[in-house]
Amino acid sequence: MKASKLLRMAGAAALAVAPFVTASLLAGPAEAQAKKIKIGFVTTLSGPNAAYGKDMKNSFELALDHMGRKMNGIPVEVFYEDDEQKPEVGKQKTEKLLQRDRVDFVTGYIWSNVLLASYKPVVDSKTFLISANAGPSQLAGPQCNPYFFAASWQNDQNPMGVGELLNQKNVKNLYIVAPNYAAGQDMANGVKSTFKGKVVGQDMTKWPDQLDFSAEISKIRAAKPDAVYVFYPSRWGVQFLTQYSQAGLKKEIPLYSVFTIDAVTLKLQKDLALDTYFGLFWAPDLPYAANTRFVSDYKKKYKDTPTFYGAQSYDAANLIASAVAATKGNLKDKDGLRKALEAAKFDSVRGPMKFGPNHFPIHAIYQQEVYKVSDNEYDIRTINKIVDNLQDPHAKDCKMH
Amino acid sequence: MILLLVEQFLNGLQTGLLLFLLAAGLTLVFGIMDLVNLAHGSLYMMGAYFAAVFTQWTGNFFLGALLALPAGALLGIVTEVIALRTLYTRDHLDQVLATFGLILFFNELARLVFGVGGMAIELPAWLEGQVEVLPGLPYPTFRFLIIVVGLACAFFLYYLVQRTRLGMLIRAGASNREMVGALGIDIKLLFTLVFGLGSGLAALAGLMSGPITTVQIGMGDNILILALVVIVIGGIGSIRGAFIAAVMIGIIDTMGRAFLPDILGSFLSPADAGTLAQALSSMLIYILMAGVLVLRPAGLFPAPGR
Amino acid sequence: MKPTAMIPVSKLPFKSPVTTITGLVLLGLLALVPLASEVFDDPFLLTLFTRIVIMALAAVSLNFILGYGGMVSFGHAAYIGIGGYAIGILAHHGIREAWIQWPVALIMSALAALIIGLLSLRTRGIFFIMITLALAQLVYYLGNGAYAYGGDDGLTILERTDFGGIIDVNDRITLYYLCWTLLALALYLCYRVINSRFGMVLQGAKSNDRRMATLGYPVFRYRLTAFVIAGAVCGLAGVLTATQADFVSPAMMHWTRSGDLIVMVVLGGMGSLFGPLFGAVSYLMLEEILSGWTEYWKIVFGPILLLVVIFARGGIDGALARGAAGYLIAGAAALFLIYGVHSAYEDAWLVPVLILVAACIPVALLWRRRRRSLHGGGDHA
Repeated sequence: MKASKLLRMAGAAALAVAPFVTASLLAGPAEAQAKKIKIGFVTTLSGPNAAYGKDMKNSFELALDHMGRKMNGIPVEVFYEDDEQKPEVGKQKTEKLLQRDRVDFVTGYIWSNVLLASYKPVVDSKTFLISANAGPSQLAGPQCNPYFFAASWQNDQNPMGVGELLNQKNVKNLYIVAPNYAAGQDMANGVKSTFKGKVVGQDMTKWPDQLDFSAEISKIRAAKPDAVYVFYPSRWGVQFLTQYSQAGLKKEIPLYSVFTIDAVTLKLQKDLALDTYFGLFWAPDLPYAANTRFVSDYKKKYKDTPTFYGAQSYDAANLIASAVAATKGNLKDKDGLRKALEAAKFDSVRGPMKFGPNHFPIHAIYQQEVYKVSDNEYDIRTINKIVDNLQDPHAKDCKMH
Repeated sequence: MILLLVEQFLNGLQTGLLLFLLAAGLTLVFGIMDLVNLAHGSLYMMGAYFAAVFTQWTGNFFLGALLALPAGALLGIVTEVIALRTLYTRDHLDQVLATFGLILFFNELARLVFGVGGMAIELPAWLEGQVEVLPGLPYPTFRFLIIVVGLACAFFLYYLVQRTRLGMLIRAGASNREMVGALGIDIKLLFTLVFGLGSGLAALAGLMSGPITTVQIGMGDNILILALVVIVIGGIGSIRGAFIAAVMIGIIDTMGRAFLPDILGSFLSPADAGTLAQALSSMLIYILMAGVLVLRPAGLFPAPGR
Repeated sequence: MKPTAMIPVSKLPFKSPVTTITGLVLLGLLALVPLASEVFDDPFLLTLFTRIVIMALAAVSLNFILGYGGMVSFGHAAYIGIGGYAIGILAHHGIREAWIQWPVALIMSALAALIIGLLSLRTRGIFFIMITLALAQLVYYLGNGAYAYGGDDGLTILERTDFGGIIDVNDRITLYYLCWTLLALALYLCYRVINSRFGMVLQGAKSNDRRMATLGYPVFRYRLTAFVIAGAVCGLAGVLTATQADFVSPAMMHWTRSGDLIVMVVLGGMGSLFGPLFGAVSYLMLEEILSGWTEYWKIVFGPILLLVVIFARGGIDGALARGAAGYLIAGAAALFLIYGVHSAYEDAWLVPVLILVAACIPVALLWRRRRRSLHGGGDHA
C-alpha cells in the first residue's frame, strides 16, 4: 500500500519532468556540424493552400539539386516550417528557426501579412531575410531594411504592368475587386497608379473567409464597366472565375487579373481562364537558359508544371548561393553578403533583373494568356512585353541605413 | 437600382437558404439528441467531396449528387455509431471538444485522400447559364436552383416534422427525450435515423455549395459557426426558427456587403471603407444574435417543454 | 436542458496530494527553464515556455469561471485581444509607460467582462456558450475593422513597455520571470478565493443555483464578480502576449483561440487548481512535438482529443488523482519514443503509421463499449 503510494508520487514527479526532458531532447544536436549553411524556409504546407507551399519547397529543392546541394562547396541544410497561413504561427516558426536552428538565411513567405508579422525578429537578429513571394509596400518604403531582400517583386509592380496593359487596350472605366489585406490593398493601388481611365467601383472583400462573391458580382453588372480587374490568389481565384462566368459576365466584360491564374489553379479553372488578360514578371515559356532548365527539370522530377511561386523560390536559392560564393563562404561578413546580394549576380529565371535601392527587383512585366494544350491540359504562354525595367513606386520612401 | 436591389435580395436569399440546409440538420440532431455536433461541418465538406468524386466518375452532376447524398448519410451514420453515441449522455462541453477533434481528423483525412489542390464540381452546360428572373435581370441558373432546392427542402422538412409519424417522434424527442423512450420507441434507431437525415442534409448543403465555392479542405469550419448562430437564434430543435434565422442572416450579410462600402466610401478611402464595411456587416449578425438571446434567452422558437 | 456541469461537486482545490505535488513540482521546474535554456544552449526553449506560461495564466483565469463557476465562456480569447490591443494602441501613439499601459489594459478587459457578463449571465447551457461566442466575435470584428491599427493585418509594437528602469522586459529572462511570477500569483489568488466564502458560494451555485438563491445569496452578482475577475486576469495574459510577440492582430481573439483555451482547461482537469497548468503545458508541448513531426499532425491530435474526452474524464488531473500517472507516463514515453525513432528517418513512413493509429481508435471505442456492456454498464472507467 505504502509502496504503491510512493510509486504513484514518483510517477507524478516523473510526469512533471517529462515535458522538460522532451523539450531538451527536442532541442537535439544544436550545433553538431559548424561548417554548414543553414536556411530556414517558412511557407504554407497545410490547409487549402498547401499546394503552393509544396511547389515552393519543390523548386527550392530543385535549385539545391542543380547546385549539388552545396554553396561554394559548403553543404546546405534547409529547415522547412509550416505557417498555416496565420501571421502569429509564421512568427513563432520564424523565431524557432532563428533561435533553435540558428539559420543563416530565412526565406519563403507566401502571404504579406505573415511576412509583416515575422519580419521584425529576423532583421533585429541581423539575419538576412529573402522573401520568395510576398512584397508588401511597407517593406519597400518606410520600413525597408538592410537585412531584407525580395527575390520576387513588390506587390505594386505586376498590377502596374496590368494598368499599362489596360491603357494599351484603351479601357476607360474599370471596376476593381480584391481581398482586403496587405497584399490586396497594394494590388489595387498598383493598378490605379498607372491606369489612366476612371475607376468606377472598388470592392475589398473579407480575407480569407469570403468565398462567395455574389454581392460584388451583382454590383459589377450594375456598374457596367469596360473591364474588371481582380487579384484573387490560389483557391479564391478559382472561385471568383467560376462565379464570374456563372453570372454570365465573362462574355460581356473582359477580365484582367494578377496572380489569379497559375499552374495549380488552372487545373480547376480550365476553360474559365481562357480569353482573360493578365500580366506577370515570369512565365514558364520565357526563353532564358536558366528558365528552360528550371521548367524542364521541374517537369521531369515532379511530373507537374511549376508556378511563379516556385520560380521565385528557385531564384531565392540562387540569389543566396551567389552571395555565399562572393564572400567565399564567410557568413560572418554581413556587409560583404549584403553587397553581393545587392549585386544580384545570378541567372534569374525571369531574365535580366537588378535590385533597386530598397532591395526590391527592377524587371520587365509580360502580358500572358492561357491556351489549351490538349483536351484536358492547359498552359500559360507569353504574348509580349508590357513594360521593361519597372521599378516600384515605394523605393523613394526608403531610407536604407 | 431597383433591379440591383432585387438581385442582391436574391443573393441574400440564396446564401440564407444554403445556410438553412446546413443548419436544419444541425438543429434536428441538437434538438432531438441534445448533441452539439461540430463535425456537422465536416460532413458538409465530405458531402461536397463525394459529389465531386462521383460527378467525375459518372460524368453527370445529378447522378453524382444522387450518389453523394446516401454516401454522406452513411458516413454520418458510421460516425454516429462509432464515435458519437458515447457522447449523448455527456455535457455539451465534452461534446464540443470531442467533435472538434473529429473536425481536425476529417480535415487531414480529406487531405490525405483527396489531395491538397481541392476539386471543382462540373455542372451541365444549362446550369452554367443564366435565367431571366425579371426583364433585364439575368440570374445564375445554379444559384436559382439553390433557392428552389432550399425552399423545397424547407417544405419537405415541414411536412416531415408536422405530418408524419417520424416527425411526431422528432417533435416529441425535442421536448422530452426520456418520455419517448419510456413509451416504448426504439430510441437508438430513431437517433441513428435522425442523424442520418441530418448528415444527408449536410451533404446536400455541401454538394450545392461545391459548384460555387469549389470543394476545399476546411470548407465547413467557418460556415459551421454561422450555422450554430442560426440554430441558436431560431431556437434549438426548431426547423421553422432555423429557416427564418438563416434567411435573415443571409440577407443581412449580403446587404451589408453590397451597400455598406458605398455608403462608407463617401467619406473614407475604398480600402478603409471595405475594412469597416466587412467588420460592420459581420458584426450585425452577432449583434442580432446577442439581441435575440438577451430578449429571448432560448431563441425565437424554443421547443415546448425545454 | 441538463446542466452544463457533470463533475461531482465535492471538489476541493486540493483533492489529492498527488496532483498538488505534481503541480508544485511542475511550477518549480518552470522556474528553472531559463537555466535549462542556457545549459542546452537553446534560446528557443525560453521563447516556447514564455508562451506556455502566458497561456497557462489565461487558462487559470478561464478555469476560475469554467471549472469552479460552471460558466462555459466560449469567448475568453476576447480579453487576451483587449489586453493586447490596449498595449499595442498605446505604444502606437508613443505611450510606453507601464503605469499607464498596464492599468488601462486591465481596466479595459475588466470593463469588457462586465458588459459581456451582464448580457450573457442570464442565459444557461448552450445559449451561454453561444452568447459569449457572439460577443467575443463582436470584439474580434472590432479589431478587424480598426483600419487605423492595421485591421486584419495587425499592428507591430516597435518598442516594449517602459517600467521606469525597475524591470527591463526587453531582457528575455526578466520577461520570463515576470510571466512566471504572475502565473504563480494567479494560482495563489485562485486558491485563496476558492476557499473563501465567495468561492464556496460560486461552487455551490455551479451545482445548484436555485438552492443558493433560495438560501438568500445573490447568485447573479457573485457570478458577475467572478466573471470580471477572470476577464481582468485574462487581459493580463493579453498584455504579456503582446509584450512577448511585439505584435497584436485580431487573430489572437479568433474563436478558435477561445476553443484552444477551453481544450487546455478540460485536458488539464476542470475545477482543479493546477489543472489549467497541466493542460496548457501538455497541449502546447503536444502541438510543438506533433507539428515538428509532420504537417499531418492534426490527424493524430484530433483523435487524441476525442480519446481524452471519452476515456480520461477529469483530464490529466483526474487521471493523476485516480492513480493513473503510470498510464500518462507510458503515453508520454510512447509519444517520445515514436518521436525519437521518427527523427532518424524521413517523413514518408509516417503517413501509413498515422492511418493505422487513426484506424485503431474506432476499434478501441467499440471494444470499450463491448466490455462495458459485458460488465453491465457503469460509465466511470
